[in-house]
Amino acid sequence: MENLVTQTPEQVQRPGTIPGLGRPLREHEMVISMGPQHPSTHGVLRLELVVDGEIVVEVIPHIGYLHRCFEKHCEHMNNYQQVIPYADRMDYVAAMSNEFGYVVAMEKLLKIKVPERVEYIRVIMAEFSRIVSHLIAIGTYGLDIGAFTPFLYCMRDREHVLDIFERACGARLLYNYFWVGGLSHDVPPDFSEKVKAFCKYFRPNIKELNDLLSLNKIFIERTANVGVLPAEVAINYACSGPVLRGSGVKWDLRKNDPYSIYDRFDFEIPVGRGEKGAVGDCWDRYMVRIHEMEQSVNIIEQAIEQLPAGDVQSAIPKRIRPEAGDVYVRTETPKGELGYYIVSDGTASPFRVKVKGPCFVNLSALPAICRGAMIADVVAILGSIDIVLGEVDR
Amino acid sequence: MKEFLLELFNNEILVYSLMAIVPLVWVIPFALFAVWWERKVSAHMQDRLGPMRTGWHGWAQTIADILKLIQKEDIVPTASDSRLFRLAPYVVFTGSYAAYAAIPFSAAYVGTEINIGLFYIISISSLVVVGLLMAGWASNNKWSLLGAMRSAAQIVSYEIPVALSILAVVMIAGTFDMQEINRLQSGWFWNWFVFQKFPFILGAALIYFLASLAEVNRTPFDIPEAESELVGGYHTEYAGMRFALLFLSEYANMFAVSAVASALFFGGWNSPFGGFLSGPWWGAFWFVAKGMAFIFLQMWLRWTLPRLRVDQLMYVGWKVLVPFSFVIIVGVGLWVMLVP
Repeated sequence: MENLVTQTPEQVQRPGTIPGLGRPLREHEMVISMGPQHPSTHGVLRLELVVDGEIVVEVIPHIGYLHRCFEKHCEHMNNYQQVIPYADRMDYVAAMSNEFGYVVAMEKLLKIKVPERVEYIRVIMAEFSRIVSHLIAIGTYGLDIGAFTPFLYCMRDREHVLDIFERACGARLLYNYFWVGGLSHDVPPDFSEKVKAFCKYFRPNIKELNDLLSLNKIFIERTANVGVLPAEVAINYACSGPVLRGSGVKWDLRKNDPYSIYDRFDFEIPVGRGEKGAVGDCWDRYMVRIHEMEQSVNIIEQAIEQLPAGDVQSAIPKRIRPEAGDVYVRTETPKGELGYYIVSDGTASPFRVKVKGPCFVNLSALPAICRGAMIADVVAILGSIDIVLGEVDR
Repeated sequence: MKEFLLELFNNEILVYSLMAIVPLVWVIPFALFAVWWERKVSAHMQDRLGPMRTGWHGWAQTIADILKLIQKEDIVPTASDSRLFRLAPYVVFTGSYAAYAAIPFSAAYVGTEINIGLFYIISISSLVVVGLLMAGWASNNKWSLLGAMRSAAQIVSYEIPVALSILAVVMIAGTFDMQEINRLQSGWFWNWFVFQKFPFILGAALIYFLASLAEVNRTPFDIPEAESELVGGYHTEYAGMRFALLFLSEYANMFAVSAVASALFFGGWNSPFGGFLSGPWWGAFWFVAKGMAFIFLQMWLRWTLPRLRVDQLMYVGWKVLVPFSFVIIVGVGLWVMLVP
């Protein structure tokens, strides 16, 4: 029988060729599917592993199991404010940070100046969400390495932050708190005491976490010199956030391209220094997160001291109908650089909302640093990249 | 005990069957208790409460779990090698249960008093690895296979430091007989072997404990069933009572290695205080108490430490534990030879 579809020789796949690997399996090699149901892929990520015994020859990530058409949904909203709950659901462990980027972009498009109090509360909440996100990243990373207990210690501390969030806006995970031009609610009267109490409570716990996990000999053995991501490779893959800073590149949008009121605070940008192994290994990426939590506590303490009084809803526009035009704003979320490109055609619905998500970009570097590692290392490397599939797939 | 039963029934087969059942009467309640205990220990270490609903502090939780497991459908994957798949849990359980035959629970009770008891325990417990390989291979699941291969490599390598550290005790005791080894340690606690030939036997005890952690797949050596990498290892595909049997033999193994540690190094059924609180019943109490102390130690480590990688595990086994146990054997040997 003649083929009905004419194929060029390049299109014909040789029998047994693994797509993504570009060749058939060699002797001793085996394909294992890791995920989408696997405890260490941090969601519904599927990694196709080509392994030679325990050594990983190639990693082929397959994404899209959690695709929810975020960008298409946005185009069908009747109001720009209605996008915010969808933005929450991207990086759902740091929802405040996602909202932050969107409202900053919209305020730039609408040329709104928000009250000082709103700016301060937003910074406090965004830094809290950085702490929450890093606590989950660190806790689940311990879980990936096999230490169960630090995970629950992290979850315990996270609950305290979620209590503060709940008292402010009623929600514990998906807040819809930052609105274009303001906030959905003002913070409760005892907000400042609760925040100060948390900062006091949390600092010793970071030390405890270091003693229990970060400086544990086995943990260092498992993470130092594993998954080394050199600075040039990280930049070429456009990595950002702790993944980039772990490779020793001092790049943080809060300092390098300040948005909101971040230029008023005094804080450090921690970078990986290769203390336990090579610069850019898993331990460095992990440790950057620990140091960033300390810096976030610093920022929160400074912000709560300066918190001005005022009305948080005075600048919220009654009706959002921006002039035709576009805006691109990038902010530093816990995972890295989150960019919103918003196009308006002058109507009440966005014409286009394009998101540049940090997890998606960081995940693309995974195959480059997994080659030659062991299966247990793939788990360690993936955990150190800290992805949230809600944002990878959107 | 054997003599007493022989007098009572005057039928050897009946007596030996009875003697064989005695450890089962211990193993099953122990496993039920230990699972509950492990959940409570981990919960309290992790700022939680653990099971609280079923009975006082959830004491009946594992009984409820076992009742659930009994009622579950017996699933055998279609693509599996079903005969091997069905057989594997029994082989694993046989291996770990048979070791109990030579474990001296008290001066009055040991399943069978053979003069190579220690040797028998080491060799019969190696049967477990055959069962694990069967389970992993028959499941027809790549993750299970990886888990089985890891456990085979791990258990085979760690049997060497276990055997070598035991050899140090055999050299000073001059016997493989478990009861005789215990009798040699009677008196106050400083007569225990762990305090003899300082620091060699103490080192041997440490090596034995570390290597036994690997033998029973406990953290930091729980690589065969590393849940964050291999999900369930060799028992991924098992459900219902077959899974329960694999789980049971894991806990049976935990107590077996702890029992050997307490018998060899910590006086076994001897009271720590000479004649005070000693006797056959107190002996059983001390033996179980010491075994439980080791099990608590295993749990403590499990809920504190991360897990090593396969190559690091092999490094620890071959390049750290084996050379040190050789040093200990040479040291003890010279000591025994030079100081009569």
